[in-house]
Amino acid sequence: MKQKEIAALLDEPACAHNAKEKSGCAKLKPGATAGGCSFDGAQIALLPIADVAHIVHGSIACAGNSWDNRGARSSGPSLYKIGMTTDLTEQDVIMGRSEKRLFLGIKQAIDSYKPAAVFVYNTCVPALTGDDVGAVCREAQKRWGTPVVSVDAAGFYGTKNLGNRIAGETMVTQVCGTREPDPVPPGIEHDGFKVHDVNLVAEYNIAGELWNVLPLLDELGMRVLCSLSGDARFHEVQTMHRAEVNMMVCSKAMINVARKLKETYGIPWFEGSFYGVADVSQALRDFARIIDDPDLTRRTEALIAREEAKIHAALEPYRTRLQGRKVLLYTGGVKSWSIISALQDLGMTVVATGTRKSTEEDKARIRALMGEDAVMIEDGNPRGLIDRVRENGVDILIAGGRNLYTALKARIPFLDINQEREFGYAGYVGMVELARQLCLTVESPIWDAVRRPAPWAVTEGQTHPAPAKSLSLAASESAPVEVQSHA
Amino acid sequence: MPEIIKRNKALSVSPLKASNTVGAALAFLGFNRAIPMMHGSQGCTAFGKIFFVRHFREPIPLQTTAIDQVSAIMGSEAQVVEGLKTLCEKSAPDLIGLPTTGLVETQGADIEMAVRVFRETWPQFAGTAVVPVSTPDFTGCMESGYAQATRAIIETLVPTRAEAGTRPGRRDRQVNVLPGSHLTPGDIEHLKDLIEAFGLSPLVLPDLSDSLDGHLPETDYNPLTIGGTRVSDLATLGDAAATLVIGASMDAAADALAARTGVPDHRFAHLMDIDAVDGLVMTLSRIAERQVPAKIERQRAQLQDALLDCHFMLGMSRFAIAAEADLLVGFSRMLASVGAEVVAAVAPANAPALQDVAAEQVKIGDLEDLEIVARERDAEILIGNSHAVHTAERLGIPMLRAGFPQYDRVGGFQRTWIGYRGTRDAIFDLANLLLGEKRGEIHPYRSKLKQRPEGEREMPRPH
Repeated sequence: MKQKEIAALLDEPACAHNAKEKSGCAKLKPGATAGGCSFDGAQIALLPIADVAHIVHGSIACAGNSWDNRGARSSGPSLYKIGMTTDLTEQDVIMGRSEKRLFLGIKQAIDSYKPAAVFVYNTCVPALTGDDVGAVCREAQKRWGTPVVSVDAAGFYGTKNLGNRIAGETMVTQVCGTREPDPVPPGIEHDGFKVHDVNLVAEYNIAGELWNVLPLLDELGMRVLCSLSGDARFHEVQTMHRAEVNMMVCSKAMINVARKLKETYGIPWFEGSFYGVADVSQALRDFARIIDDPDLTRRTEALIAREEAKIHAALEPYRTRLQGRKVLLYTGGVKSWSIISALQDLGMTVVATGTRKSTEEDKARIRALMGEDAVMIEDGNPRGLIDRVRENGVDILIAGGRNLYTALKARIPFLDINQEREFGYAGYVGMVELARQLCLTVESPIWDAVRRPAPWAVTEGQTHPAPAKSLSLAASESAPVEVQSHA
Repeated sequence: MPEIIKRNKALSVSPLKASNTVGAALAFLGFNRAIPMMHGSQGCTAFGKIFFVRHFREPIPLQTTAIDQVSAIMGSEAQVVEGLKTLCEKSAPDLIGLPTTGLVETQGADIEMAVRVFRETWPQFAGTAVVPVSTPDFTGCMESGYAQATRAIIETLVPTRAEAGTRPGRRDRQVNVLPGSHLTPGDIEHLKDLIEAFGLSPLVLPDLSDSLDGHLPETDYNPLTIGGTRVSDLATLGDAAATLVIGASMDAAADALAARTGVPDHRFAHLMDIDAVDGLVMTLSRIAERQVPAKIERQRAQLQDALLDCHFMLGMSRFAIAAEADLLVGFSRMLASVGAEVVAAVAPANAPALQDVAAEQVKIGDLEDLEIVARERDAEILIGNSHAVHTAERLGIPMLRAGFPQYDRVGGFQRTWIGYRGTRDAIFDLANLLLGEKRGEIHPYRSKLKQRPEGEREMPRPH
């Protein structure tokens, strides 16, 4: 990929902080860098498309160390879970045989698995040796008649976020608009009930949480033409251009997709979240507002009233248990505000939130929820997070999975909120699961056991770690050292 | 000797291989106050980090030289120098491991020179040992990267006899150990117990049982490893009475250590059946000039009893194994010792050790290859890493998790496979898996002629 194409991707007019410093532009600091590369970002954005053969073109590290480590779920095919890579050898690299291996690899994938399409992800080594992956894909598509899409996002191009955008751009320019949607099945539409087509952008169906929301959309007569990319199929991606409205579920990841679909096909979009009672209701209202079908609006309000009443009753017992508990939230982008409202719904106090990956708009929403003097954490190095937990008497740290074991070593209750997690928190019913998981860890009997010194240590007067809340702060190293990633 | 069948398809499907580079990182993680910094793009490290975090369920110190578009094209020496400086300034590690990736090897990076430039530019950081090692991911696999890094550590940090004036046997109770990457922290812990049982004092290099054994330390945050071999101990390797080497993958590292120190070594392909463990125990007895302790004799007798009990289930049973060479050798020998047969064996990369696998064939390949052969040859149990869970599901057979990575269960990193005790536990587990399958059970046959009481006549037929 050319430098100017990358620059174009980093220039995102729909992004509130476009004029300011951009994450993708900051030079990485050797020895103090965390987070995935562009290949990582591109792969995670598209991997949940379930009936596609995802081929990683490169040496083994890119696929071998990472395949099958995501929580995105499929209601049908499981082809996306099978790792495929050209596993380039030294001979391939030196003798220039990697393009041939890729060409034959595409054939092998088509012959063995009959995929709806093949996606080929470029990586550092072939990008450096100059493989023409695009040409190989075009030739393979011509030869074998299966769509073959080249996703050119080698690791050294930049950050994970850039990779998300490259993936989105590739879908919009190469796949969207190549097929018309199926007709709405007969017998569903009737007087006062019209089916409207929508897309969900950057919703990954982690732990199946999309399925907490889909029944609501079905009931309201909203057909999800495509969720990019949770539980998606290739032929759904092809029809995204026909939606009446797009919902941006995870804003920073693929905002360029929403913008391009608006520019090219005139599809309006809004940003929303399925976390927390208030936000789920708001998202449903936003759909109804933009679609502007009075019938839909009326049914939406009825559904919201019914579901909210139901969920408030279900949450009541948890609310009394969680009331007043303090949370430190460290997560990226849209989740920095959407989870806040979810936690406040439960009566919890959010003492601070991470904003490393948040946009200016995200931050404005945070202020609206937490007040003007909301504490925002830009730099989430583990040392700093632990110190904040101690200072504020925090009951639970909510962050990405890669901080999990750091928190546990510090004897801090923890809830995993990122892609590797095993529980779905979206939708009204997801809130109950969230509340249950919070209670499970905060009320666990283990915290006393792991904080209490051995009985002989007390009698011998040795030093030992004190309980989190009463721990006096040792002179903390101000410099973050080995910074964990925040996916 | 098995027939080795080389890779013969373009695509690797359901890869078994983890990279050379993460193997090297693992070796460095066995040193105290250490951090590996992969020389490559940030993703190489991010993936490696998740790989280890999910396997060990521990925070893992791992950094990157963060190659970007400019340094990919214009050269990456400055990235190495800056990265080393940053780590030294922030946490003054005892050891920084610097394994390379496919990216910088393709570029042609001269990592030795980059380290020399760092030493000249920043003499104040001389207290931090830096070990560069070339481990591109387009060759080898995890096992080879781990072995290469161990060898590089020896060649960089262990002084020669002439330099340090060491003398083999001066510390007549010290035994050096070079454990292959197939040994878990639990294995190494057990090995140390065995050595100590003879009144000997083990010095393990690298010692994952002290850094990644999953213990809760008193300090709440550590940017470096929280245990492992101390770099300062490396100076004493030359005074030891002997060196034990476990796994053929460690041969080159052992050669390097022997050449530098003159300490005699004893090499073991594996420690997963009674013969192999007997060999180790005899060796320890000779080094220590002591009788075998009663406790160990008892463990041996327990293993013998377990062999008797389990041969009924395991005899003639059919196994499929996917593992790196040394682990594959160990499991295949253990199974052969109870009369079981390895009908499908796959290794991610070729290695001389594969000649010792007790099977007719070893395929160099992936989990798809294993699945095909296992199905053709009616394997009854699968042994492999967590990725192989789907393979076992599709084959409809039970599996035992072993090797890297194990992310869908807890405690795999700490499992002990070696010694009389570890072997006994493993054959118990395997025999239990077979018992759970109810092999040989005869399904009820309902004769039409049987005189059934009224109430039994309309019973549905069993499926």
